[in-house]
Amino acid sequence: MRNFGFTTTKSRTIDYEKIDTRLISYILQNEPSFNACLSCGSCTAICSAGNLTSFNIRKLSLQIRLGDIENTKLEIDKCMLCGKCLLECPRGINTRNVIMLIKKGLNIIDKNEI
Amino acid sequence: MNTEAKKQIWSSYQKEIADNNYYYARSCIRQNFFPASEVTFLRILREELNKNIFDDPNHTTCTGIGYHSDIVPFDTIQTVVARHFALMTEAGLENVAISCVTSFGMYTEILDLWHHFPEQLEKIREYLYKATKREFNIPKNIAHTSDIIYKFRNEIAEKAKHKLINVQTGEPLNVVEHIGCHYAKMFPTKGVGGAEFPQVLSGMIESWGGNVVDYPERRHCCGFGFRNYLVQANRGYSVSNTKKKLESMKPYKPDFIVANCPGCAMFMDKWQYTLAEMEGVTYDEFGYGIPVLTYEEMAGLVLGYNPWDLGLQMHQVQCEPLLDKLGIKYDPKAKYLDKNGNQMPLPEKPSCLKV
Repeated sequence: MRNFGFTTTKSRTIDYEKIDTRLISYILQNEPSFNACLSCGSCTAICSAGNLTSFNIRKLSLQIRLGDIENTKLEIDKCMLCGKCLLECPRGINTRNVIMLIKKGLNIIDKNEI
Repeated sequence: MNTEAKKQIWSSYQKEIADNNYYYARSCIRQNFFPASEVTFLRILREELNKNIFDDPNHTTCTGIGYHSDIVPFDTIQTVVARHFALMTEAGLENVAISCVTSFGMYTEILDLWHHFPEQLEKIREYLYKATKREFNIPKNIAHTSDIIYKFRNEIAEKAKHKLINVQTGEPLNVVEHIGCHYAKMFPTKGVGGAEFPQVLSGMIESWGGNVVDYPERRHCCGFGFRNYLVQANRGYSVSNTKKKLESMKPYKPDFIVANCPGCAMFMDKWQYTLAEMEGVTYDEFGYGIPVLTYEEMAGLVLGYNPWDLGLQMHQVQCEPLLDKLGIKYDPKAKYLDKNGNQMPLPEKPSCLKV
C-alpha cells in the first residue's frame, strides 16, 4: 500500500441498521427504567465527576444507544458513583445502577458472552 | 393528485438559457484534465446544433481557484471577470456560456453583488478602465455549458448513434450524476432544478436512454473543496469525501459517473486510483473502477464520436468496459496515437486498479 502523505478518515455517518445493541439491550433488560430517560441533562448538570472531568452522563447515554462501545469504555471509569444524579433524575431512573450495569455489560462483551 | 400545481411549482425551478450567440468562457483546469471536452462542446454546438459561439483566445482564467484559496482578493477577481465581460461586449455578444462550475459560481456571485451594491460595480468599471481602457455591458444571459447541452438534449437524442443502453443485456445503463456544488447550491435559481432537484444531468441521461441512480450520498460534495486538496495534509479530508460517495453508490452497480464540474469529474476519477493504491479497494465488481465522464464526453459518445477523439484515454479509470457495454467500436491500437498518428508515451500501470 502506498503512502501519499495523507490518509482517509472513517465516516461519522450513523447507520441505524448496523448499530451494536448488545450493551443497551443488556442495560434495559436489567434496568428497564433507563428507557424512560428524556435526555434532560439534569444528571449531567449535578454530576460531581462532570465538574472535574469531561464526564457527561447524557452524552454517555446517547453513545450507548448508538452502540459506541469504545468511547463508553474510555468514559465510564470517570464516574465516582456518588449517586447525586439518582436524586436529581425527574424520571426516577436508577442511574447509579445504570452505571454499574454499563461496567458489567462491558466486561461481559469483552468476554464475548453477549 | 393536483398535477397542475406540481407543474407550476416545477416551473419556478427552471432557468432561462439563451438559444444562440454565446461568448465561450473556457475553464483553466478542464483543458488539462479533460483536454477534449471543451473542443467537443464547440463541435456539438457548431456542427450538430448550428449555433454561433465565440471561442476567444484573449479569454483568461477567472482566478476562482486563487480566490477560493485566499490568494486572489475579491476586487481583483471582479476586475478579471469584468474584463471577460468587456471581451464579450467587444465581440458584440450578450450571452455567456461558462465551461467551469467554479467560474459559473464566481460570475453569478459577482453579478449578484453588483446588483445589490451598484457602487461596487462602478468601482470595478473604474479599475478595469484604468488597467485596460476597456468598458463592458452586463451579460443578458449566463448559462453553464451543461445548461446548454441540457437545453438541446432532445435535438442531440434525435441525432444519437448510441443510446445509454447496455447492448449485451438491452437494459438502460445505470448512471450516477454528480452536480458541482457551485452550480446551484450557492444560487439555487441559477441552476436547472435549483439546489434541491438539479436536473441538468439527469435530464440528459433520461433523454439519451439511461437510468439515473438515486443513492444516499447523491448530493454530497465530491471532496474537491480547493483548500482541502491544495494543502497536502488536508487531502485526507478530500479523499474521504469521495470515498463516502463511492461507497454509497457501489451497491447500485453504476456503469459510469457523469459530472458537470471539472473538480468533481477529476477527483472522482483520480481518487479512485489513490484509494486503490492506499487501501486496495475498487468500486466496481471487476476491479476496473467506475468510469467518470464529463457531460460533453457522454454527449460525444451518444453522437458516435471516436472515443479517442473525446480524450477518454486521458482518464484514470479506463473506459473500454463502458464502450463495450455501449456497443461502441474502437481501435485499441489508436488509443495513444497523437493527431498525426505518432505513438505517444504509454502511461504507467497502477498496481491495484485494473486497466
